[in-house]
Amino acid sequence: MCPVAPSQEHESPCVRFPHRLANVSTPPAVEITGLVKTYGRTTAVAGLSLLAERGQVTAVLGPNGAGKTTTVETCEGYRRPDGGTVRVLGLDPIRDARALRPRVGVMLQSGGVPTSARAGDYLRVLSRFYARPVDPGLLLDRLGLAESARTPFRRLSGGQQQRLSLAAAIVGRPDLVFLDEPTAGLDPQARHATWDLIAALRESGTTVILTTHYLEEAERLADRVVIIDHGKLVIEGTPAELTGTVGQLRFRAEPGLDTASLLAALPPGSVAKESPAGAYLIELTGGVDPQIVATVTAWCADQGVLAQSLRIESRTLEDVFLELTGRELRS
Amino acid sequence: MTETISDWPAPAPGAAPLPRMVMAQAGLELRTLLRNGEQLLLTLIIPVLLLVVFSSEALISIGRGSRIGFLAPGILALAVMSTSFTSLAIGTAFERRYGVLKRLGATPLSRTGLIAAKAVTVGVVEAGQVVVIVGVSLALGWQPRISGLSVGSALALLVLGSAAFSGLAMLMAGTLRAEATLAAANLVYLVLLGIGGVVFPLTKFPAAMRPVLRSLPSGAMSDGLRSVLRYGGGLPGRDLLVLALWAIAGIGIAARTFRWE
Repeated sequence: MCPVAPSQEHESPCVRFPHRLANVSTPPAVEITGLVKTYGRTTAVAGLSLLAERGQVTAVLGPNGAGKTTTVETCEGYRRPDGGTVRVLGLDPIRDARALRPRVGVMLQSGGVPTSARAGDYLRVLSRFYARPVDPGLLLDRLGLAESARTPFRRLSGGQQQRLSLAAAIVGRPDLVFLDEPTAGLDPQARHATWDLIAALRESGTTVILTTHYLEEAERLADRVVIIDHGKLVIEGTPAELTGTVGQLRFRAEPGLDTASLLAALPPGSVAKESPAGAYLIELTGGVDPQIVATVTAWCADQGVLAQSLRIESRTLEDVFLELTGRELRS
Repeated sequence: MTETISDWPAPAPGAAPLPRMVMAQAGLELRTLLRNGEQLLLTLIIPVLLLVVFSSEALISIGRGSRIGFLAPGILALAVMSTSFTSLAIGTAFERRYGVLKRLGATPLSRTGLIAAKAVTVGVVEAGQVVVIVGVSLALGWQPRISGLSVGSALALLVLGSAAFSGLAMLMAGTLRAEATLAAANLVYLVLLGIGGVVFPLTKFPAAMRPVLRSLPSGAMSDGLRSVLRYGGGLPGRDLLVLALWAIAGIGIAARTFRWE
């Protein structure tokens, strides 16, 4: 039996949990083929295809307006595709809504709870909609809401409202949950509690599809990351595949050094940048090894400069995200 | 954070039986309603206040007969209207606005189940209103005509009137913005309080207007209730027919036009 694994342990054998071997023929959790969705003259989703496997956490990333929420809401049966097909657990979200509703948990981006309903009362009532729910009291406790059980929804803090919505999505023990920005606006404690819960959901065999703006969250939790922009798939893969083996070496030295001679000594495909003046960044597609550090420091010695604040880093998901979706602000 | 559940249980999805879902949802709606002061004012305090004030003071001329005998049926009609129209319209409009209906759409509770839950809620509140209003009226000296026909007809009028007003409430809540519904539902309540035969007899209005007023659900309900409870008249066929037509039209159009988001 696996312990509740720390969420960053993607390479842990526990991630390959037995449920994933259970049935090869079960349809994927979500299968989207050529999805098109337009609102008037605006195209929200423009031919998106993606696949989310069962028992995994799939993070859907993208700038504001990329089409994340539209895509998720189409899977939830709220939107009818203008083109393409969407299958959730092998079923059509609209035609087979009746069969899907008990099996799919939904956390909307905001609201959805009657404003004057008390937190505990609301969760208990929702749990009565399901055949074998978890104990709503224990769930409140786990999410740090036990003391707010008698508080009306509108008097809960934003973070408490988020957590209650999350609790409502999972109280019925669904096969699959869609979480739309589950940690938006949470403080660090609540964020970690939510991450622990998502990790525990995955351990139990629950499939999780989440959208997020926090790249650290995706890196920690997700088995697979999907980046979409302008309604199209940009890239998808494991966090490790996306960040790749690219290594970065940074140092500070006097501005205006001619890096051409350095690049000549480094493996082909390496890139050198100086931005701002005096801050050097060397990107190496094959990663950084001791020989490369020696090459760089030897080159500095040749130039008669001292490399200060020499740091070796790997790319983060955030680097990949900004590289692929650009740095301009979205509405 | 506490670690009460060290691990999450394996998925075990499944819907509860429909009656359990409906009763759970109706329970939530009832508890929410009863804690809401404005709702209580609308559904209970105003009708009882009108009953007491208009029966004790010679504020209005009601023609021959006992004052309470005229008022009690009208106030019963008003109570039904306040719950199945004003309160239901406003509550549903804000549920739509805050995404409550959208979120419920993702649970195993079907739309039919949700409507059933709302019907149960409205029915329970109205039953409570009828008990209180009848009790206060009897205490004020009301002597209704009691027979199988009069009680049966009164119940049929209340149920059909409730259905008619509920359909109109859902029609409004499902198409207008929440703020517009709030304003319009209160306005309609006030207007029907004036012209619905609740405290002012329809006979006080110009003869040309009376058939129109009696064809509104409020007029038909108060007129029908009065004819059986005050005068011991036969089956109020015309009034029941008017209410049934409003119910069919209101629910039918609401079902076609209701937008859940």
